[in-house]
Amino acid sequence: MKTKENFGAGAVRFIRKNWIGYAMQLPFAILFTVFVLAPAVIAIGLSFTDYNMFQPANFVGLKNYELMLVDDAVFWTAVKNTLIFAVIVGPVGYLMSFFVAWVLNQLKMRNAFALAFYAPSITSGVAMSSVWLYFFSSDQYGLINNLLISVGFIDDPILWTQNPKTILPVIIIISVWMSMGTGFLVFLAGLQNVDKTLYEAGAIDGVKNRFQELKYLTLPQMKPQLLFGAITAVTNAFGAFDVAVSVAGLPSPSYAGHTIVAHLYDYAFIRFQMGYASAVATVLFLVTFIVGRVVTRVLSESE
Amino acid sequence: MNNDGKTVKEMATFKRKRPLSAARLRSKGAWAAVYILMTLVVCFTMLPLVYLVSTAFKPLSELFVFPPQFFVRNPTLKNFSDLLLSMSSSAVPFSRYVFNSALVTAATVVGTIFVSTLGAYGMVKHNPPGSKLWFQIILAALMISPYVTQIPRYLIINSVGLINSYWALIIPSIATAYNFFLVKQFVEQIPNTLIEAARIDGCGEMRIYGQIIMPLLTPAWSTLMVFSFVNSWNDYFSPLIYLNDQALKTLPLALNTISGGSATIGRAGAVAAATLLMTLPTVILFMISQKRVMQTMVHSGIKG
Repeated sequence: MKTKENFGAGAVRFIRKNWIGYAMQLPFAILFTVFVLAPAVIAIGLSFTDYNMFQPANFVGLKNYELMLVDDAVFWTAVKNTLIFAVIVGPVGYLMSFFVAWVLNQLKMRNAFALAFYAPSITSGVAMSSVWLYFFSSDQYGLINNLLISVGFIDDPILWTQNPKTILPVIIIISVWMSMGTGFLVFLAGLQNVDKTLYEAGAIDGVKNRFQELKYLTLPQMKPQLLFGAITAVTNAFGAFDVAVSVAGLPSPSYAGHTIVAHLYDYAFIRFQMGYASAVATVLFLVTFIVGRVVTRVLSESE
Repeated sequence: MNNDGKTVKEMATFKRKRPLSAARLRSKGAWAAVYILMTLVVCFTMLPLVYLVSTAFKPLSELFVFPPQFFVRNPTLKNFSDLLLSMSSSAVPFSRYVFNSALVTAATVVGTIFVSTLGAYGMVKHNPPGSKLWFQIILAALMISPYVTQIPRYLIINSVGLINSYWALIIPSIATAYNFFLVKQFVEQIPNTLIEAARIDGCGEMRIYGQIIMPLLTPAWSTLMVFSFVNSWNDYFSPLIYLNDQALKTLPLALNTISGGSATIGRAGAVAAATLLMTLPTVILFMISQKRVMQTMVHSGIKG
């Protein structure tokens, strides 16, 4: 009896002490659970069904995965394209944005340079794709074709967005250019936060030039920013979709610009095969998550 | 900002150790080279933006001149009037798309600022049991690609009957791991003594949040404002799948409708004008908030 009373009193005290903290977190928690966490769990669940929006879902076991991994050649094309895309756009965008942030941070008029460098990445992918299409237009009106022809490098215009061989490179170039933004801001902010007295101490201890300074003093201090930048870079690299579709269309010629997300979109919102599309989504989730973990691990261990 | 002065001073001490001679001249030359190089890099990254602005003012004759021109020769506003005319004569005027985008974006921005700041404050300063685990879950969710959750999200929104309404674009984008994370890191910098002092003075919890915390969090919520504005304003995927009604569609979709897939010749000017109009607000907003954004991003690191 006594313990029960104590328990009741303890619960009241617990609620009185903590209710406001929970109440404040509640709005975010509800929305986040309903629209982010629950969907992630449901996606995994749906991937074991044949759900198609019109009929009730039936459990089909691993059939979707079997179909996807064994019979769906287009899925493998999408995987291949996404991997090539991610392997190039992720690291290149990451390193370039860090390097530019590092150099800009040492200049006067840093903010003006930063604005000019960052502005392209906050413009809409769709809007800027139309600009890029002028650049890579497949007739001789295209700026790049025109330039190459006038220099005498080629005789006939290259069909940039129609030739399966050039579609992926064009998408990659555009995406690298657009992906530098977020990482760049994080890095620039991190650089400004590095303890300046360290550099003076370093100069006494024999740090000779700016590159040594970067390696021994700056990078170790910036680890949190480097980690955060890496996670966003990985998520973005595996989520390639809107630039690819607006440059090459859906489906693209010979699926040359087909990415995993494009495949997911195709099955989910064009064919309404939600079960199958969820299997694709689950694979994407696992790949992103695993790569994200590995990158985080590598970065936190390296000095 | 203030660091500028420090860096210069540092450079000075750096140099004072060297003899005032050829070496110093050489280092001056090196800095000049760095400035020139960075100017070139920035010019290159700005290229498409410059082209965008220049094209928006080109008359039709220059849009299709051969060889193609990068810069406009005889700037005209005709593209903009064309855009408004052609769009007002069609079933849905261009101004309607602007209104849709503005409404959806404003609601999302206000929602995300409110929910994230309140939640982060409750988590950090009240810290009820379980907060730590909850934060770890949010952190892990940073790695969930938004496309993975798209299908169940669609089903959820469909089942509550929000399809084909503004709400379908607003409510799901309010709570994001990224935004919450940024604010949470920033809230941790606020000293507890401030809040305790307010409590002793008899301030209610919501008043502390509204009158003490929010002003201190100005850099953080300005940053959310920029990021969530950019995301929502540029969002192409959500309106594409959630909206059927042409009158509800937002600018990115409208742009696609105007350009009609591959740019139709007669409308190339109008498309360029529309693209510029759509791009301007994001760049201007970032310009205004740049300083505050930088203050927030300083705290954005993950302790690994």
